This record gives sequence, C-alpha cells and structure tokens, in this order.
Amino acid sequence: MPEMLLPIVLTVNGAAVRVMPGTTVAAAVLLAGSTTRNSVRGEIRGPLCGMGICFECRVTIDGVPHQRSCQVLCTPRMQVATS
Amino acid sequence: MTSGWDVVIIGAGIVGTSCALECAARGLRTAVIDPAGVGSGATAAGMGHIVVMDDSPAQLALTRWSQVLWRDLAAKLPPEAEYEARGTLWVATDEEDLVEVRRKQRGYAAAGVATEVLDSMALAEAEPELQRGLAGALLVPSDGIVYPPCAAEHLLREASRLGAKMLEPQRVIAAKRGCVRLKNGGKLMTRHIVNACGAEATELMPELPIRKRRGHLVITDRYPGFVHHQLVELGYIRSAHSVTTDSVAFNVQPRQTGQLLIGSSREYGAEDATINYPLLQAMVQRAQMYLPAIRNLQAIRVWTGFRAATPDKLPLIGPWPDDDSLILATGHEGLGITTSLATGKLVAAALTGEKPVIVPEPYLPARFAQGLAATEVLHA
Amino acid sequence: MKTTFEIVVVGAGPAGIAAAVTAAESGRSVGLVDDNPAPGGQIWRAGGCLPAAARNWINRLEQSLVERLQGWRVFDSPERGVLRVERNRSTFAEHAELRFEKLILATGARERLLPFPGWTLPNVMGAGGLDAMVRGGLPIEGKRVVVAGTGPLLLAVAAHLSERGARVLAICEQASHRQMVPLAAQLARQPGKLWQGVQYRWRTRRTPYRMNCRPVSAQGDEKLKSVVLEENGKQQVMECDYLACGFHLVPNTELPELLGCRLEDGFVSTNDLMQTSLQNVACAGEPTGIGGVEIALLEGRIAAMAVCGRGREAHGLIRKRRAARGFVSALSRACGLTSRMRESANDETIVCRCEDVLLGSLRERSGWRDAKLHTRCGMGPCQGRVCGGAVEYLFGWHVESVRPPLFPSFVSSLAGSAAQTNDSEHIGETV
Repeated sequence: MPEMLLPIVLTVNGAAVRVMPGTTVAAAVLLAGSTTRNSVRGEIRGPLCGMGICFECRVTIDGVPHQRSCQVLCTPRMQVATS
Repeated sequence: MTSGWDVVIIGAGIVGTSCALECAARGLRTAVIDPAGVGSGATAAGMGHIVVMDDSPAQLALTRWSQVLWRDLAAKLPPEAEYEARGTLWVATDEEDLVEVRRKQRGYAAAGVATEVLDSMALAEAEPELQRGLAGALLVPSDGIVYPPCAAEHLLREASRLGAKMLEPQRVIAAKRGCVRLKNGGKLMTRHIVNACGAEATELMPELPIRKRRGHLVITDRYPGFVHHQLVELGYIRSAHSVTTDSVAFNVQPRQTGQLLIGSSREYGAEDATINYPLLQAMVQRAQMYLPAIRNLQAIRVWTGFRAATPDKLPLIGPWPDDDSLILATGHEGLGITTSLATGKLVAAALTGEKPVIVPEPYLPARFAQGLAATEVLHA
Repeated sequence: MKTTFEIVVVGAGPAGIAAAVTAAESGRSVGLVDDNPAPGGQIWRAGGCLPAAARNWINRLEQSLVERLQGWRVFDSPERGVLRVERNRSTFAEHAELRFEKLILATGARERLLPFPGWTLPNVMGAGGLDAMVRGGLPIEGKRVVVAGTGPLLLAVAAHLSERGARVLAICEQASHRQMVPLAAQLARQPGKLWQGVQYRWRTRRTPYRMNCRPVSAQGDEKLKSVVLEENGKQQVMECDYLACGFHLVPNTELPELLGCRLEDGFVSTNDLMQTSLQNVACAGEPTGIGGVEIALLEGRIAAMAVCGRGREAHGLIRKRRAARGFVSALSRACGLTSRMRESANDETIVCRCEDVLLGSLRERSGWRDAKLHTRCGMGPCQGRVCGGAVEYLFGWHVESVRPPLFPSFVSSLAGSAAQTNDSEHIGETV
C-alpha cells in the first residue's frame, strides 16, 4: 500500500508554500506566484528548459545564490529567495 | 593599398590598437593586420587591471604614466569597455608585509601616486569578505579596471576615424626591411613595421628574448558587491618577478558585471591551452584562503592565456637595431593592458622623433641586441 | 561513497539505464552518474505516467547492483580514467573524483530553442521544458497551452499535458505537408512507430494539429498572454497561459568533446559496438544521433555488452539498431527545420538570454568567438548551450570547442583535494 505522502512546507521569499514531495523548487516558485529571476537588463524571467541547461530558473536556496531550481527537489524548511 | 604605408602594425590587441591610434593621430598612413580580429590574444585572455607596479623604477614610470592616460581616456570609452576606477588593494598578511606596504607607499608617493594605508580594521570594513586577521593593505585609488577586447575595439575605431585601416584578417609570415609578407601571398610595403604580436612575437622574430608565460583565470557568475577593489597579495610581485618557477599569487578582480575574475598563475614551458590542474587548484585554494566565501560561488569558465615575458620584466618598445624599419611593441608580461596607452605614445614618438613624456631608454629593444649585456644598454 | 568502478555510465536516461543494468548484470562494478534528482533522463522523467518499458527498466536498475550517483554533475575530466563530479548539499557543495576503466556516455540531448519576439516572457518554455516543469509539480490542469515548433516531441508533450488536464489549444508544426510525405512511406514499414504516433494523436484528438504553422511572437507584460501564429501566410492571435515551443533536439556532446571523442556533423562518432574514437569510451543514445527511446535502449545495451567483452552477443541488437536508425533519419529529414523561423527574430530580439544580447548587435560580428568577446553572447552560465543553437541557426556560426568546467561549478570543486569525497573519507564540508 503506498505511503501517505505528506506535503512539504518551504518558504519562497519569506512566504510559506506547501508542495507535494517530488516537487522541484522551480515549480514551488511558480506555485508561490513568483518567478525565478530578473535578467541583466531587469526583465522578468522564468524557467525555460526545465532540465538544467538554460539557467533561467536560478534562485537562492538556503543562502546559496545561482542554484538551478528545476533540478532541486523541495525539502522541509528550505528557504528560497528569488532576485 | 599594398604600398605607401607609413606604418603597418602587426597585431590588433590592446597594444597594436593603441599604436594605431597614436600613429593615425599624427597623420601617419597606418594599417593594422591580425589573423584573428581585434583583441583576441592576451587582450582577450587577461585581467584588464590597470595597475601601477613598482618592481623597478622603469616599471613604475611606465605604469604610472599609462595609468593616468587611462583615466584621461575613461570618459570617452564606450559602456561595453566597462572602465571603472575601482582601485587596487595590496593586501598585507603580516608585519613583514606591512613594512613592504610602507616602503611601497613611499615609492608611489615619490612617483606622484596617492595611496592610503589601511589597518586591519579598515581593511575589513573596505572588504568584508576578506579573511579576518589580515594585517592591512595599501590602497591605490587611482588604479582601474577595464574590459580589454572592447577597449581595444574602441581604440581601433578611433584610429580608423583618423584614417587608419584595419586590413582583412591575414597571417603575416615575414616582416622586415619595410616589407610585410602575408600567408596568402600578398605583400605590404611600408616605411615602418610595428611588431605588436605579444606572445607570438617570436614567430616573426625568433631572436627576440621573449618567452611565453602562461596563466590561468577563473570567472564566476554575478555576485555584485562581493568584492569592491582589485585585491592583490604583495607576493604577486614576487610571483611576477621570478624568471624560473611556476607560481600562484592571490589576485581577484570585481568585474562591472559583478562577476569575479580569480587569478593568478605563472608557468613557463607550457605551449598549449590545456589546464595545469595542480597549478589551477593551488591558485583557487589560495583565493579561498583570502576570501573564504568564494568557495560557494559558481565558477562559469576556466581558461589559460599567454603573457609575453622578457628577461628583465620590462617590455620591448622602440626600434630594433638590426632593421631600420622595425619597431617593437611587445614583451609586456602581465602589464600589457596597463601600459598599452603609454606604449602607443612611445612608439609614435620613436616614429616621429618627438620627445616622449617619460625616458624611453629602459624599454629600448637595443638593450638585448647581440653582444650587449642587458645592463650595459640602459644608458645607450 | 564508492568512487572507483570498472564502468562508469554518465546519464540515467533510457540509454544510460540500459547500459548500467546490462553491465551490472554482466557482473561488472558500475557507477551511474546523473544530475537529476531521479533517474529517467528527459523522456522518462519522474513525475508523470511512465510507459511499461520505463517502469521495467527502472525496476531492473533498482534491483541491480549499480551504484547510483543521483544528483551528481560531471564538470571535468583532468586525466584519462577520471571524472570530477560535484553535487549541492544545502549550504555547501561536495565534490569527488570517479575512477573507471571504461566509460559509457549517455548524456542525452536538449531542445533547440529559437528566439522570436517575446520568447523571454515567463511561461514561454521549451516543449520538453514545460513537460519537465509539469512533471516537477507545476499545475497545468485547466491551463491553456499552445504547443509549437517542430518534431515528434510536440505530439508526445501535447499528449502528456492533455492527460494532466491541460487545454492544449493547438499543436503547431513548422514543417509543411509536402515535407512529411516521404515520412509516410517509412512509417508504413515501422508498425511500432506508426502505432505510437496514432496513440499520441488519439490522446490529442481534440487538439488541432496545424502544419506549416510557426510562432511569430509572444505577447504579455509580466508573463505570457497570447501568441501570434502564422499558418500558410496568415497570422492569428491565440490567448494562452503557456507556450511550449521547441525545435528538434541538440545532442549533449560537451562531455564527449571534452574527453577528446571525435565528432562528425555534430554527433559523436562510434562504430557498431558504440565505441568512440577513444579506446575506453563508448557512447549511446542521442549524442550519437537523435533517435529516441528505442534506439537509446538498443545502443545502451550494445555499448555495455561491448565494454563487458560480450560484443559477439550484440549482433541481433546491432541489426535492430540499424533498422531503427533508418526510420529516424527519414523522420528528421521530414521535419527538417526550415528557414522560416529566421523571419521571426528581429534586431530587438534577445538572442543570448543570460547576457541580454540582442540580435542587432550580433549581426555585425564575424563569428562565435568574435561575438562572445565583443557582445558577451555566450559568456553567461549556460555557456552557449541555448544561444549557441540559435546563432548556428541564424548565422551558421559554429560554437567553438568546449572547456571545463562543463557546467558552472562551485569554486570549491575547482579547488579540489582539500574537501574531496572519496572511497575512504567522509563527506567534506567546504564552508
């Protein structure tokens, strides 16, 4: 019988977000109504390739900037900050 | 036009384009030729650090003059040249280094370069990411940073506006006695030839006392504000000074983009672009010692480049004794960007007979001509 | 963590899984390195309904003795027989050196993403890109999606998204009917492929499949609101929530190139046993030629058997592979990328997204290196993986050779030894 999957709670820009296990940080950022980064000219950008190639999904995770959020799974109490 | 040039400049790096501007500005019919386009050799590979250095009085004079020329040029540089007057911090790790800091300050002051000594606390305030417990630093506020390929392209554009011609990319296979032979069979006849080929100068002139001195650099993603000044350890000069050993020295630059350039390394005998891993690791580990938080930055690229090194750490600027038509503008080691502007003026002065702002003798290639010891030539 | 193996396989997509399982079942010690949180690569990405073949192979992987290095990225190979890898831990990174006798590269492929006005708006993604995001937890139920670009991936993505409740408004294939005709003949000879195509089309039956149809521009303020499509010369505006847009696949040949494998026409050259020009390196799957799952599985198995000295047993597989490759070549000719997308981008269109370099400033440059040095195009963290495909399509520029690190890596990983994880040491913290 499959285990009960409990939602994970993390914060995106200080706000709590609940996601199912197996959710990527990139999806969590979009779920939080935010987007991942601003371009060098200041334009709003979001994930493009979904597979760690394009670097548009870069966010700060637990204080470490420039992490590719589409390849990182959400973990409890993770703190995500977008630019 | 294949003949009737006053000067053909071989090499369109920062030195060659600077020479082109100075020559064209004096009304000389100037051509520039390079097989790979503007700013693609050491100009593309190095740190664009504009720095006064005092390994010798002649080096101090040349870098000082050129640093001022860069500051004067700054307002005219386009945004993509990324000129910034960031200043250099020569970092002292202990009391012995502080003695050197004070000596340096005196020497710079005598050359008219204002500096400030920072104690441990002031240094920590100026650069919070530096490891605690450093002894202090010498701040040289007038030093700057530039992105050389775009600066070189700007110089060439200005030279072209004054009549200089950048010829179609071609490799030069011989250049002597006013005749520049091209790989495609073409030929340029000229009154003067300037060899501004950097580390490749010996391909045209094997007799030149120039050795390739390879370096590694790492560039990171954007971390604006991580570091504010160019940070160099005092041991950098020792590393640059050595003529034999491989060495690393802490040297980190904040680019205008917020990226960090991490250097520096020096090695002889390496001829290709492959990475020397032990040396690269030593270089990066040293940077981590000074800037512990650099560990967690993302490094985007690693590359190598070649400096043109001479036996006495001074460039070869001026006429080559064996050939009336030939002027050298090469051998700048790690100071090509800094001294490019002064080099252009010295070359133009050599061509027109005008008196340059600084004494040109220490840089004259004649000092290495056959039969003369280096020291004998200094007062020729 | 074990770091020395007889065989290391890079990439846990179908080719890599098949190779690793085959090698392990042959009794070899195998390490499988993959940079995603779970195996499956792109086409078998976790988070969606997987076909039986995928479930079977992943089961076999889980039952096998393959050492799984999931979440690790290869960033360099300083010498023969060694790969440098790193992975994120919450506030620091660890790195390690993998040592191997034989290497099987199964690094897969990425989408070719082409620039057009508005392509940088949030919610414009690759076709596989949106699919991956949905598998990663992005809700798509009830959302309006336009799928566009070229190639069989569009159908597969549209089918999956439909299943997840998306309203797929249209599938827009830039190839024309005429281009597709020769394909029909080939399809008749490949009943398996025909059936798969029919299934995808059934699952997307409510969605118009439009040919000779390309995206002209995307509009919106802070995110996508609508797409302008051009079909047979006529333009139409379609409001939507997502645009999933991809133009064929580009093989991930960076690691093979870094190692020194010979490439031909942009793909890794191999013999029938999937051996590259390097004696101890084999390559399987998309990097040898875009071919899809079936070929990837065959090549993974062939490569592993060859590397384990069982090459003679692979003859049946080699025959199957040849037949499958024939179909794939016809397919890629049919969906050949036309020049029409060149008309979409204008001087104000961003080409290099990492550095915001516009098409206009690239026109004056003479080639990739010149553009990089003078406009910053390709200097960003994607290291030219996105813009490289674009400028090759737009200008014919060839992206110059690869340098380490293969991907942006932590400075601590470049620093090496001090905090390295290896066979006997514990994980080293570097902060």
